[in-house]
Amino acid sequence: MSKDPVIEAKSLSVNYPLGKGLFGPRAYLSAVDNISLNIEKGSFFGLVGESGSGKTTLGRALLKAAPISEGEVFYRDEDVSHDLRTIKGLELKDYRKRAQLIFQDPYAALSPRMTVRDIIAEPLEVMGLTKTRAETDARVREIAAKCRLNLEHLRRFPHAFSGGQRQRISIARALVSGPKFIVADESVAALDVSIQADVLNLLKTIQRDMGISFLFISHDLSVVAHTCDHVAVMYLGNLVETAPTRSLFTRPRHPYTSALLSAIPSLDPDDTREAEKLTGEIPSPANPPKGCKFHTRCRFARDACKAERPQLREMAPGHMVACHFAEEFDFSENGALQSA
Amino acid sequence: MSLISVQDLTIRFATDEGLITAVEDVSFDIAPGEILGLVGESGSGKSVTAKALMRLNGGNTRYDERSTITLGVPGEAPVEVLSLKRERDMGPIRGGAVSMIFQEPMASFAPAITVGQQMVEQLLIHTKMTKSQARKHAIEMLDRVGIPDPARRFEQYAFEFSGGMRQRAMIAMALSTSPKLLIADEPTTALDVTIQAQVIDLMKDLVREFGMGILFITHDLGVIAQTADKVAVMYLGKLVETGTVRQVIRTPGHPYTRGLIDALPKLSDLDAPLTPVPGDIPSPLNRPAGCVFHTRCPLAKPGLCDAVVPQAETLPDGQSVACLFAQDIYSKEGAA
Repeated sequence: MSKDPVIEAKSLSVNYPLGKGLFGPRAYLSAVDNISLNIEKGSFFGLVGESGSGKTTLGRALLKAAPISEGEVFYRDEDVSHDLRTIKGLELKDYRKRAQLIFQDPYAALSPRMTVRDIIAEPLEVMGLTKTRAETDARVREIAAKCRLNLEHLRRFPHAFSGGQRQRISIARALVSGPKFIVADESVAALDVSIQADVLNLLKTIQRDMGISFLFISHDLSVVAHTCDHVAVMYLGNLVETAPTRSLFTRPRHPYTSALLSAIPSLDPDDTREAEKLTGEIPSPANPPKGCKFHTRCRFARDACKAERPQLREMAPGHMVACHFAEEFDFSENGALQSA
Repeated sequence: MSLISVQDLTIRFATDEGLITAVEDVSFDIAPGEILGLVGESGSGKSVTAKALMRLNGGNTRYDERSTITLGVPGEAPVEVLSLKRERDMGPIRGGAVSMIFQEPMASFAPAITVGQQMVEQLLIHTKMTKSQARKHAIEMLDRVGIPDPARRFEQYAFEFSGGMRQRAMIAMALSTSPKLLIADEPTTALDVTIQAQVIDLMKDLVREFGMGILFITHDLGVIAQTADKVAVMYLGKLVETGTVRQVIRTPGHPYTRGLIDALPKLSDLDAPLTPVPGDIPSPLNRPAGCVFHTRCPLAKPGLCDAVVPQAETLPDGQSVACLFAQDIYSKEGAA
């Protein structure tokens, strides 16, 4: 795997105005707050966190589908480089081809009035990527075959398909324009376990065979552990920990990551490990706590945590943590691999 | 005497395409203080079974004549749920002795009535409390499930609650009439893991405290492993395997149960490949002949599994499996 990033974000923030005062908006809600990250070419980058942590907003900002308020985001490929902050016009059209989104709910994402063939062909027609109908059909068939949809499926309407098949249709639609970067936003959350495994395997095959980089957004840590190369943990708009998957799951270093891991119900009925209680819920991003945003729920919080916001720093190769006292903790007992 | 006893439950729906079988020959018992986990893919008939216990299925539902559901509240005469005819007789099974928690709490609260009013309303219907007693009790219940500042929350609407808090309010409401049986239909599926852990702990505490039985429907085997005493695995309207949590999860006897466990991403082994159960669940409109699972089963033998309907067999260690090869699988596991 090459080390070049396909997506490079520097101090990215996404702010939304809260209501309007007499002299412009009074306050801002910071959904994504000063995040820097690199997504390497051909990698499967996982983004986890509770609802309300800003995962989806970050994903959309990287697609230029949410406003970039501060900071910079670059998309780089062999032949082009886009600055997403200023991108518009033809360049933006080009970027739309190269970056795609797969949604969570395959029931809501597909128009019930279009055949599967038309759903998959629509991006080609809208972007003018093919000139003749025959060319469009050939491309649709090629992509459909990759997603294990046969010719008969293409003639039908979405209602005739099960959840897993619909998700494969959504994937085909995202792939048809030949993207290099795909944001998969909770793409398996609505599926049954057996179908979830099937869709995950399909995404992995696509990543390997077509060299596509993925940002895989999920709240399910065990799914992320199995599919991603690199994981970032998000809390209230900040990254609190980012590391290669194995490193993160062997030895989580942030108290939040550790608590998330210990809250996963174990398949072993005799596992009596008590889940570390995370009391309360994620605070409102409109009024985030001062200092470390996690201090209101952290069982190790001290005075320093309330005063100063910790920055990400490297504690092991590629393993970055934003916690003042990360050196003092050993959460490896909550790490997933302790028994292996 | 078990709290609820379901025998040979068969449910069909009358539709334009004819009678569709949604649930076939399902039997299970829940004792007071016991949690039964009901697992299966979407479309396997879990929710239809649960709704039958409260007679909430639609007007086109046909219950088979042989089916019986007996509610045996200790100290009271047993109620035969399926023979109840009039709506007004259904009070005990709808919010009285039986309560239900749904998956999506936002859809279960009326949006234009305060949470408190809704809680008081059902207490006035099902108990002999006065309005002020009901109010006091409702606030106590909100406090009991860990909602901070319950008196203020009592006056608020459902949309002012966060997701986890809404689910807890739902639980408080379901438990305020002290039901003997709680039906929880995917109560944690829409929640974050951290909130899920809180809700699971809460439900375990409440079982210990009130001694009620719970029918816990979910597709998450991890949640089942941590909460349930017994598990029933459902596929296309049939129970394919039942047993204690340890039996079913440690030594699954049915190929479908095994498939579900293999498909689950496990944190203890990151390199293990995820093996999906091949294919999709068939439409209930054309249920496969013979064993309903044979179209997706890796062990299926042509000529046998597509012709013979497997009966539930009890294995030596007590779990019950409906598979023609159950004994073979069991003896092989034993040897290994």
